[in-house]
Amino acid sequence: MVKDLNTELCGITLDNPIIPASGTFGYGYEFAELYDINCLGSFSFKGTTLDARFGNPTPRIAETPDGMINAVGLQNPGVDMVIENEIPKLSKVYNKKVIANVSGFSIDEYTEVVKRLDSQEQIGWFEVNVSCPNVHGGGMAFGTTASGAAEVTKAVRRMTKKPVLMKLSPNVTDITEIAKACEAEGADGISLINTLLGMRIDLKTKKPVIANKMGGFSGHAVLPVALRMVYQVYEAVRIPVVGMGGVSTAEEVIEMMLAGATAVEIGAANLINPYACRDIIKDLPQAMEKYKINSLKDIIGGAH
Amino acid sequence: MKQSIFTVEENKNIANNTMKMVLAGDTSDITKAGQFVNIKIEGFFLRRPISVCDVDDHSLTLIYKIVGKGTEAMASLVKGEELDILTGLGNGYNTSKSGINPVLIGGGAGVPPMYNLAKKLILEGKQLKVILGFNNSSEIFFKEEFEELGTEVYIATVDGSVGTKGFVTDVLKNLDYTYFYTCGPENMFRAIEAIVKTSGQYSFEERMGCGFGACMGCSCETKYGNKRICKDGPVLEREEIIW
Repeated sequence: MVKDLNTELCGITLDNPIIPASGTFGYGYEFAELYDINCLGSFSFKGTTLDARFGNPTPRIAETPDGMINAVGLQNPGVDMVIENEIPKLSKVYNKKVIANVSGFSIDEYTEVVKRLDSQEQIGWFEVNVSCPNVHGGGMAFGTTASGAAEVTKAVRRMTKKPVLMKLSPNVTDITEIAKACEAEGADGISLINTLLGMRIDLKTKKPVIANKMGGFSGHAVLPVALRMVYQVYEAVRIPVVGMGGVSTAEEVIEMMLAGATAVEIGAANLINPYACRDIIKDLPQAMEKYKINSLKDIIGGAH
Repeated sequence: MKQSIFTVEENKNIANNTMKMVLAGDTSDITKAGQFVNIKIEGFFLRRPISVCDVDDHSLTLIYKIVGKGTEAMASLVKGEELDILTGLGNGYNTSKSGINPVLIGGGAGVPPMYNLAKKLILEGKQLKVILGFNNSSEIFFKEEFEELGTEVYIATVDGSVGTKGFVTDVLKNLDYTYFYTCGPENMFRAIEAIVKTSGQYSFEERMGCGFGACMGCSCETKYGNKRICKDGPVLEREEIIW
């Protein structure tokens, strides 16, 4: 039987729920050299800020058991260069709607970045990162309180008619309160989880491996935490949830959708296997067959 | 970049903590000396980036130091085992700028890529000098292999057990050359930078996430903008480096 992979995210139909997560897929064209990325449901491009950012000093990467820590710190060329250089390049290799991942250090920065990107036709959704653990004075600072997240949601909401997904941090006491606060201010969806704040120490130098000391922990090891939070947020809000965190196989995509995800982002897995998303999409029909699923849409939140 | 499965042909100790691994597989994407491969090792999340020491149509030679658990696991692999490897990574050395008399300087784990580079430059008809730096005699490898290429080989050891006592720069300061190529630890680079008389290329090492330009884990600032060591490097030209 033909399997139905499509899903609908805030009124836009995706051919399948697979979306490379921001920061693991650049602006798409690096991966387009490897395979036709039009097979993707969509993709979330590199977190974009108002001004160009180099990010944190190196080392920015550490390995963990079944995962990794990164402290890149939102390196990006800045919104104007993204519009001038990156979006035209990604348009040549990808013909569906993309998710614009945006970040900021103040409310004004968030709104200005969204305002400048809003006229880009290829942008289908905004994913507003209020959860980057690797920068000071912005990013996660907004996402760790319900009032901070609400404030950003409210401000960004006014700048665009496109769907706004708020990307939340797992480094909080109660993620459902924050998700509800975003929903109340007009968010169209919630995406989670961003990385968990983590650390590794080098036994030879006896100092943290990462120059920034701490960084965002992601990879296969975080899957159960992500599933739990997606499950909780699905129950707390009525808007769709984009689930991510440690997903690297078709079966884990199904698991994430059962927890409540309408679409699933793939992050660290892309860095280990550059073909990860293509492979997952290819494996999905067989995994669905195995678990007697005909349509992915039907299983969203099925575990509740 | 190409992802393919390689088979271990040989994996043996050639010096203190130093292994030589020969792998059979599709090497078609490795086009320049100084490129690297990224190896998936069972039980480890991130791949291990290792520079290419030598390559032909169907096999690949890597020389790597055992520095942690990942390379320890690599060292235990035996003939016939298979590895998932990304090949053809990094920009590699540009040989067109060498002039007729380049000098190649390798320090410790930075020696291996100099071998493939030496072969390429010789094919282009260049007359090379090679300086290899090690801590002591137990760490020396590939001296004969370089000599067999017909190059002038100079060894420097910190303890003076072989060759010139001291650092590669103690040899370099007395040589004449048209250009330089180097790979090794950053403190060696700084010493070279202080005395070197020509243009040249340095190959950098950094902790990497993906190894193919996606994650921005290994970025550095250069005079010509931000570069990713894995994709826009690892080789940078002397003129663009901010020390």
